[in-house]
Amino acid sequence: MLSYFALLASWWPLKPGSSRRRRRKQTRRCCTADDCREMYCNKFGTSLMFGLKGLEATSARGAFQRAAARSGFSWAAVCKQRTLRQQRSACAGMHQTGVRSAVHTTVDPGEVKRFQLLANKWWDEEGDFAALHAMNDLRVPFVRDNLLNAQRERHPGQPLAGLRILDVGCGGGLLSEPLGRLGATVLGIDPVEDGVRIAQLHAAHDPDLRDQVSYRACTLEELAGGGEAQQLQQPEQGVTQFDAVVASEVVEHLADLDTFAICCSRVLKPGGSLFITTLNKTNLSYALAIVVAEQLLHIVPRGTHDWEKFVSPVELERLLESNGFLVQSVQGMLYNPISGAWSWTSNTEINYALHAVKQDDEAEDGSTPLGGPR
Amino acid sequence: MHKLTKAPLALNGLGRCLITEKHLPPVNIIRRGLVCSENRTDCSKTEVYDVIISGGGMVGSAMACSLGMDPNLAGKKILLLEAGHKKVMDRVPDTYSTRVSSISPGSATLLSGIGAWEQVTRMRCKPYKRMQVWDACSDALITFDKEDLLDEMAYIVENDIVVAAITRQLDAMPENVQVKYKTKVVKYTWPMPHHAAESIPWVKVTLANGQTLQTKLLIGADGPNSMVRQKLGIPTVKWNYDQSAVVAVLHLSEPTENNVAWQRFLPTGPIAMLPLSDTESSLVWSTSHYLAEELLELDEESFVDAINSAFWSNENQSDLVETAGALFRGALSAIMPSAGSPRQLPPSVAGIGPKSRVMFPLGVGHASEYIRHRVALIGDAAHRVHPLAGQGVNLGFGDVACLTHLLSQAAFNGKDLGAIQHLLEYETERQRHNLPMMTAIDLMKRLYSTNAAPAVLLRTFGLQATNMLPTLKVSFHIF
Repeated sequence: MLSYFALLASWWPLKPGSSRRRRRKQTRRCCTADDCREMYCNKFGTSLMFGLKGLEATSARGAFQRAAARSGFSWAAVCKQRTLRQQRSACAGMHQTGVRSAVHTTVDPGEVKRFQLLANKWWDEEGDFAALHAMNDLRVPFVRDNLLNAQRERHPGQPLAGLRILDVGCGGGLLSEPLGRLGATVLGIDPVEDGVRIAQLHAAHDPDLRDQVSYRACTLEELAGGGEAQQLQQPEQGVTQFDAVVASEVVEHLADLDTFAICCSRVLKPGGSLFITTLNKTNLSYALAIVVAEQLLHIVPRGTHDWEKFVSPVELERLLESNGFLVQSVQGMLYNPISGAWSWTSNTEINYALHAVKQDDEAEDGSTPLGGPR
Repeated sequence: MHKLTKAPLALNGLGRCLITEKHLPPVNIIRRGLVCSENRTDCSKTEVYDVIISGGGMVGSAMACSLGMDPNLAGKKILLLEAGHKKVMDRVPDTYSTRVSSISPGSATLLSGIGAWEQVTRMRCKPYKRMQVWDACSDALITFDKEDLLDEMAYIVENDIVVAAITRQLDAMPENVQVKYKTKVVKYTWPMPHHAAESIPWVKVTLANGQTLQTKLLIGADGPNSMVRQKLGIPTVKWNYDQSAVVAVLHLSEPTENNVAWQRFLPTGPIAMLPLSDTESSLVWSTSHYLAEELLELDEESFVDAINSAFWSNENQSDLVETAGALFRGALSAIMPSAGSPRQLPPSVAGIGPKSRVMFPLGVGHASEYIRHRVALIGDAAHRVHPLAGQGVNLGFGDVACLTHLLSQAAFNGKDLGAIQHLLEYETERQRHNLPMMTAIDLMKRLYSTNAAPAVLLRTFGLQATNMLPTLKVSFHIF
């Protein structure tokens, strides 16, 4: 009975969002109510079951409408999202055709708008982005150690000297600055202009960073594609070649991952490294990263993540390898909300970090597989 | 690329300053905000240092040397500001200086890590192997020594020699480590904790000659009356002991293998004789202000007599305590027959070094916070103790080792050196170490300041028990 109401809810408009409506139209055609109900009953976790049991039987439509209209946390909204997800994964199989349409651009305008509103909060270490600041403790050593392994020379005090790094989705420059301090020449790009401006202002005070770190408000496609020589630094080469590309907490906000992988491949030198940190697409990541982190504990601003856009390491690895990368290591990361600190873990179910190397144009790669960080 | 002009900048700075900030009164916030926004255009002209250390004593200069030698901090601009003149010691002076410190093995390791310990041993230092501490009001005593008397327990080194050795190392450092002597700081300007984009994020240091410097991290090593600590408004728990220490250089009656440190607790305060060489020792006598002044006014012979009787006489012992002590000792030796050590008497004193009697007041102090945004306190600026345990400078060297290690790690992770995260780690680690030590020293001082029978009995039994139980002794042996 209750599952029937949940099914009804799936047909009900949620918040204004064209992507969601488009997805619902696609799925309505392909699954039967029986399939979805059965699968729904099987997969439901206990915590959400509690919420579902609390719903009144009467006036289900009204209840869901009110739930939709409220922007605060509600179990009903959570249940609805889960139902949609279950239906889609049952009907569409393992392929995520509905989530990211093949628009050949990595930028999602909804995401851009959301981050514009948060632009001024980037550098408050105890504010909305506290978890990202804390993540530097993991991702900077991750990038640094893997790059050092590939390098021959050692420069005391500036371990990454001489390397060119591209930080995709740099935001306020949280990751670009530490990499710049380690001696690398960093270019940070982000489609959100306000964030780039904040990043430039922050780096402008520090004389060490002024020469190392630069920012540009553009997308990865604009940087990678086009024959416009004017935007690129080195006239003797066609496209600027970076030693490493870092895309930390970015791929879960992108519209099209294929384009992203192709562009990364284009801007990287052969043998260059690609570092990605993102969230896995599992039940656990839904429960922890969306329900707990966003809605309960407010570790992350509400609405930051869309579970549909999460990508599993297997999926990401397949995507990268079909675009000329060889994945060297995948390592799980775990956030402790009490201490506010991140740690490495072997479990990749929630957050994970991935290191891939661009294959040389010849078939074989010479690099030995690197172990996970520390 | 940003289009902000000066007027909206100033307004923005003011606006941001009005957001309540926990530690500052509102007037200061506004004043500070205006200062920050006005000087926005000057920031490119003033040089920005990575670390400025304020205070070039033993701890401050050791910090500068330690940071300069760290491989992860190679290339970072480090500046040491010292108000006094440069202490150069081409030749070790014949007479001993009165200010000496007991350097523990841990501190010696730090100093040898920066290459200064070799200089110290080449100049002058005296290792000692045993320490005897006993009570004036009873027979109780405790001795500390390493197992087989072959290893040194600690070293007595004159403070001037330590500073001169470290200065020699600083001279040999590359040019990113600079020292400015005869430089006094008149003002500090603190940055706003949340980085407001329009204000200068660095600490500004204004010197007496009008020059201003900026730094990403300020380390305050300017002694017990630290200006850095006062200007930050860090609440400090402190009080003056109603005691002064009289220091002098003593000539012994006859040459002896002088490798024992002696300390006796008199009711007026502890008197300690620390070995300097086979014929000379250093005196540190902590006593009341009145008695200290009297001692300074005595002629040499009477002064020497006072010292000898302080170490040797038994007039403070009462029969009750003597009997009780003897009984307790008998009981303990029945349980542990082999424990305990024979009591020795210190060497007698024949004379004192010329013009070497000095006195200085004693007190205790502990800053409740060692750190603020972009600032850290080390050494006596953070904690000040009674000299009875000889730990003051060793705690400071411990701060140096800890902070260097954390800054080195932070630099290897690409972090801003003034970021609060690793500074908090430093504060936590050092407070956990320093506070128990300081409490123990203060308690000991209070316990031994009286000759009332109950307290005397308590400390007699305690001292005897500690002397006989090796585990307790080791835990006190925090050198």
